[in-house]
Amino acid sequence: MSAVIETARLTKRYRDLVAVNELNLKVEEGETFGFLGPNGAGKTTTILMLLGLSEPTDGHAFVCGFDPTRQPLEVKKRVGYLPENPGFYEDLTARENLFYIARLNRVPRTEANRRITRLLEQVGLNNDGDRPVSEFSRGMKQRLGIAEVLVKEPKVVIMDEPTLGIDPDGVTRILELITGLNREHGITIMLSSHLLHQVQQICHRIGIIVKGRMIVQGDVDKLGSAILKERRWNFLLEVGGKADGLEAELRSISGIAEVEPRVGGWFLHCTVDVRPAVVSLVSRKGLSLLQLRSEDPTLEEIYLKYFREA
Amino acid sequence: MGVVFWKELADHFSSRRFMILLAIIVLTGVWAIYASGQSIRQEAEGIPTDFVFLLLLTSQSGGLLSLATFIGLLGPLVGIMLGFDAISGEYARGTLSRVLSQPIYRDSLINGKFLAGLATVAILWASILLLVIGLGITLVGFPPNAEELWRMLIFTLVGIFYVGFWLALALLFSLLFQRTVTAALGSLAIWLFLAIFAPLIAQVVAGFIVPNPSTAEELTRQADIASIISRISPSTLFGESVSILLNPTARLLGMALPEQTQGILLTPLALGQSLLLILPQVTTLFALVAVCFGISYIKFMRSEIRA
Repeated sequence: MSAVIETARLTKRYRDLVAVNELNLKVEEGETFGFLGPNGAGKTTTILMLLGLSEPTDGHAFVCGFDPTRQPLEVKKRVGYLPENPGFYEDLTARENLFYIARLNRVPRTEANRRITRLLEQVGLNNDGDRPVSEFSRGMKQRLGIAEVLVKEPKVVIMDEPTLGIDPDGVTRILELITGLNREHGITIMLSSHLLHQVQQICHRIGIIVKGRMIVQGDVDKLGSAILKERRWNFLLEVGGKADGLEAELRSISGIAEVEPRVGGWFLHCTVDVRPAVVSLVSRKGLSLLQLRSEDPTLEEIYLKYFREA
Repeated sequence: MGVVFWKELADHFSSRRFMILLAIIVLTGVWAIYASGQSIRQEAEGIPTDFVFLLLLTSQSGGLLSLATFIGLLGPLVGIMLGFDAISGEYARGTLSRVLSQPIYRDSLINGKFLAGLATVAILWASILLLVIGLGITLVGFPPNAEELWRMLIFTLVGIFYVGFWLALALLFSLLFQRTVTAALGSLAIWLFLAIFAPLIAQVVAGFIVPNPSTAEELTRQADIASIISRISPSTLFGESVSILLNPTARLLGMALPEQTQGILLTPLALGQSLLLILPQVTTLFALVAVCFGISYIKFMRSEIRA
């Protein structure tokens, strides 16, 4: 595994505004990386710098081993970019739009036609290829955008808010498409979004950017604990039957720091994993265990916490 | 760049805008030539039979503008219409970042667009020329001679540069203003200023520099200053070039004292001599196009593409 996208202290300043602040980012080959952040956090600016469409004020970026500022063409040959709200030439058909992009990539005509037919099928637009894009819905345009990105057969695909403003069904289709690209074609994918649950569904790793700074990046499942530094053990306990005196006995279990009564149960703040002790206590008391659920903070909560601070 | 060029050219030719332009130009062109052809035929005895075809282009008849003047007037509109949404239109549609994230050099986009615009203009212009020749032959009854053909060809080239200037200007505005409407209105404002107000302003300024001319010398000096100032405008440059090119007997621009014209033979100038006379105008026109496009080029290469 090697880094396909790597930035070192990447910075972009606009007069008095720092859009991206010493950003260090790493996307490994073959993974799906989610670039998360609220609106205006610097996601798009970072992506533009990765593509050489905008020059960094400071720092470096490397994409597929090339510096996008110095060798933009080498980068653009290998990277497909799907902007937020991709625009098309409305009076041309879907096929003509794709053909233009294919020709810009110097794909020979016959090969381009073959690819376009295959791609339109892949994104589910095979019956709409000869309709002008002006008749397309937003979801269809987004899928056409994905097809267009794939025309050049890229190694890496960068997508800016690919699910923005699309209905739930459309979102599912797009997310499936993206997962398919990664699994079946081995394309490295970096996508930006402000919707955590979508990113969580399809990304291996995520990075959270707020106010131009990368706050955290890592594996989706390990990220929660990483941010909270020490892992806490919090459980929600619900039991059936008469539970007189259970609360006092819970308090006496070592490792339980605090017991908070809840409707039909208790919330336990613990220092270690106390589940075996709790389960045996409940069974000793002759009660039935209805629920003992780990209540670790989810990524969502962490994410929201940062958003509010931002 | 070739890909961008052919795509833009195809866009121009299939656009409704171009169809309208073509219809206007062809209709008025045919009408102007027909009208002047009729009047030439009626007065055929009094007019030297040399350069009838050039006369077709320049003679006014029936209160109608001559074709040359008419083209000088419509040319800017053609240039502006072809160029005003070149970049701003791509911005508005959100296609610019998509196209520029393809492995092409950034300048191939703007070069391709400019050249496609120029090619469109050239095709328009050439079709008008052919129309003139064709109609002229049927009206007059004999084909143009070599001298006339050369002059018309050079007239066409100068015309392409002239429209090219407006194309470059519209391109620059479409780059400066991200809104298509602003770009169009900006270019139209410049056109109005240069075509209509610049000569007036030149008159006023010349009047300031040489107030109340009484002698012939002062009068010519005032006229000279006015024409020098009005040469800022490409419309003036084009008008002057055309008046020399299409009128072989013309050998002076602006006013001249009687002493200066004394002894001048009223024979037509050779093509080379006419060209020499308008060389400064044509060079300036060419330079204006280059400067205008150069600014757009530099601006475009440095701009950040966000949409």
